[in-house]
Amino acid sequence: MKTQHCQVAIIGAGPSGLALASELAKADIDVVVLEREGEAGGIPRHCGHSPYGMREFHRLMSGPAYAARLAREAEQQGAKIWLNTTVTEIGPGGSLLLSTIDGIMELQAARVAICTGNRETPRSARLVSGTRPMGILTTGALQSMVYLKHRLPCKRPLIVGTELVAFSALLTCRHAGIKPVAMIEHDSRVTAIKAAAWLPRLLGIPLLLNSELDEIRGGDRVESVVVSDAGGKLQDIECDGVIFSGNFVAEASLVRSSHLEFDPRSGGPVVDQYGRCSDPAYFACGNLLHPVDTAGWCWAEGMRTARLLLADLSATLSHRGRVLEIKSASPGIRYFTPQRILLSDAPLVENHPGLQLRFADNRRGRISWRNHKAVISSRSIRAQRERRVLLPFPRRDQLSECKSLALEFQPDAED
Amino acid sequence: MSDYSTSTRLPATLFDIIVVGTGVVGCAMARRFTLEGAKVLVIEKAVDILDGASKANSAILHTGFDAPSPGSQELECIVDGYNEYLEIHARLNLPLLECGALVLAWNEAEADRLAAIQRSAHDNGVTRARIINAKKARAREPQLAQTVVAAVEVPGEFVIDPWSAPYAYLLQALENGACLARSCELLDGNFDNGVWTLKTSRGSVKGRQLINCAGLYGDRLNQKLVGESNFEIRPRKGQFVVFDKSARGLTSSILLPVPTDTTKGIVVCPTMFGNLLVGPTAEEQRSRNDAAVDSEQLQALIDRGGSILPALREHAVTATYAGLRPATEHKDYQIKWYRDRNYCCVGGIRSTGLSAALGIARFVYRQYEATGNQHSELLDCHWPRVSQISDPGERDWQQPGNGGIVCHCELVTRREILQALEGPIPPCSLAGLKRRTRVTMGRCQGFYCSAELSDLTGGCFQQSMGRPRK
Repeated sequence: MKTQHCQVAIIGAGPSGLALASELAKADIDVVVLEREGEAGGIPRHCGHSPYGMREFHRLMSGPAYAARLAREAEQQGAKIWLNTTVTEIGPGGSLLLSTIDGIMELQAARVAICTGNRETPRSARLVSGTRPMGILTTGALQSMVYLKHRLPCKRPLIVGTELVAFSALLTCRHAGIKPVAMIEHDSRVTAIKAAAWLPRLLGIPLLLNSELDEIRGGDRVESVVVSDAGGKLQDIECDGVIFSGNFVAEASLVRSSHLEFDPRSGGPVVDQYGRCSDPAYFACGNLLHPVDTAGWCWAEGMRTARLLLADLSATLSHRGRVLEIKSASPGIRYFTPQRILLSDAPLVENHPGLQLRFADNRRGRISWRNHKAVISSRSIRAQRERRVLLPFPRRDQLSECKSLALEFQPDAED
Repeated sequence: MSDYSTSTRLPATLFDIIVVGTGVVGCAMARRFTLEGAKVLVIEKAVDILDGASKANSAILHTGFDAPSPGSQELECIVDGYNEYLEIHARLNLPLLECGALVLAWNEAEADRLAAIQRSAHDNGVTRARIINAKKARAREPQLAQTVVAAVEVPGEFVIDPWSAPYAYLLQALENGACLARSCELLDGNFDNGVWTLKTSRGSVKGRQLINCAGLYGDRLNQKLVGESNFEIRPRKGQFVVFDKSARGLTSSILLPVPTDTTKGIVVCPTMFGNLLVGPTAEEQRSRNDAAVDSEQLQALIDRGGSILPALREHAVTATYAGLRPATEHKDYQIKWYRDRNYCCVGGIRSTGLSAALGIARFVYRQYEATGNQHSELLDCHWPRVSQISDPGERDWQQPGNGGIVCHCELVTRREILQALEGPIPPCSLAGLKRRTRVTMGRCQGFYCSAELSDLTGGCFQQSMGRPRK
């Protein structure tokens, strides 16, 4: 088997991977981006609508235009993008096994950045009752069919969920002439920003809150669904498809089957504040660490991780120091990242947004950093399901005094 | 090679044998009779083979250690089928994963019944089965819950690929002269002067002998063709949960409970594709086609799996499915010849059908021969090799010219998909393509590859994945 070498291999050519590639290549690093699809750009490739690109290019772009621009910039800076190249195994010290159309090969990199992103939870993992006819898909599948292949999987689907991506599904349907029969949400309000609720109204699509999908019916194709409201009242809705939107999970199977330490809560690798994994040859970046954030957020994280990787390659990023594992037993916290902090002589990380958390449900409460039982700092927060919460790290001097570092969330008493 | 796809006319030949149904039993039957030299036609009412009871099972090749006592048709067929599979699998390129099984007792009452299980295993010829204590059980499977009390260790239980095996049986039949007609429903039949004339949804066909392998519809076919049935199908639904490949390392054995009178219980077992499976439920129902899953039952399966292997709770669910077993009011298989009407019914083949199919086919052929029927055995028998899609095997993504990977979760290449679509028994549905290649059966369930697949399969399926936009 032939083995090739490079300085940095990036797994995944989405917004974070391409931002990383551009920045590294700009600094004359020999970068290879490994992309398993036939085209670079990641998920924005099949989001045929705005808004993309404000943060990065200061203009409003469609997803495909934005994806193409990111890929072009990376290539112009000198990054190599290998398409139709799947990483099938990651090994210690940056050794990768690849499957290409010419068979398998090895790539040995000094550093690897894993930027494999995230995907939506399909019907099966949601344990939805009913039959398994054609017409059941995720937003990602719907959008890639519509925008990349110009095909329509259904005409009158039900849309499940109200995260941002669900409204993106509505826009895709509108673009393709698909007429959703309803949008349902089990919560009492939409998960995305409140204003998004206007979109289904404008399009004349019923938005059913406090509603659960109880059953899918149909033989060859979806024929109807049974939806129940908070009071348990059942309603049959005729439709020919079901689009499951959101509930993003990390695309981390490579990590999980590898030697890298895995965090079952975030579903991704355990990283320190630099994004460095348990094997220092590996970094992770983007929605793999925090499903789900916007493309722009992932791009910015890619830019930041590029600077850290450059420092690491020039031996100026600290490897030595005390590691503080962040512990948390508070049930409301679904996951947080990074999972550990390396205390070295250097500053933590410049311009780091801090700890990123996700909560299981909508709650107000106080979140605090603790050194064993003593509170280091605390603040009030309003946590919303599937929405990012940022918490600044404690100061360096506070951390140095820590014997152990814990995160605690105390929900406010229900009023 | 004769696959009479939906558009072509059925052949006017007088067949020696007409097999009704292409479940695992029908496929094995077609193979056996073809290899013995008979001219066989297989008819299937669905668009694809393996579309009934055979599409959903636990994929275990049983030794028969817990089958009904010696002398039953079931045990005889399981033992024969098991042995023949071991004999032929390599020539057909079919995979085999030796797991061995542990029958686990979780309390003293269950532990008391292990001696009887060991005894019946020995009676059934599985002489290496033995009782082990909890410590030994946990030494063998360290992830087992600590509450396990004792176990019976059963060597020789295997996991196989439940789709490529019957596919290979049928393919071997076709390559040696058998004919297949799909989308061909048997409407009526008339036996006259030693010849069956069957009216089907695609015209009429003639054959000397008729073998009913209609699975969930076996009793109805009996009523239609011979005016009676010695059994009634009482469909038993089994739901399954498939866990992510990350869970595969949690057990290398098939984990069985102590069975009850009505069911073998819920099994935790590895799959040929690197997943871990928990199921089946056993739910009696009237419907013969409603294989719906139910969220509460699925959750109960997940909880059950977690109580056996606690670490399973940290792993994600990849797929859920349900299948219907063609159970009857009887405990044993219902294989019966109507000599005066050249008719054989192979009914009530429940959960052990995958293990027993090759043995059932031999059993039926022996009875056929015993009444003076004879053919000259094929001299130059062809052995097709089916493509390897199981996890530990050599896969196409490792080979040059694979066209790139399309289904990323299951590492299915463009070449594998195109070969299946253009293959000798091409799939006419996404379900059929899934069974042949495993596309969309992985953790993302089509999030990444649906678009590419909808394009690749455009025009191939009766129910398309996505119509082209006007």
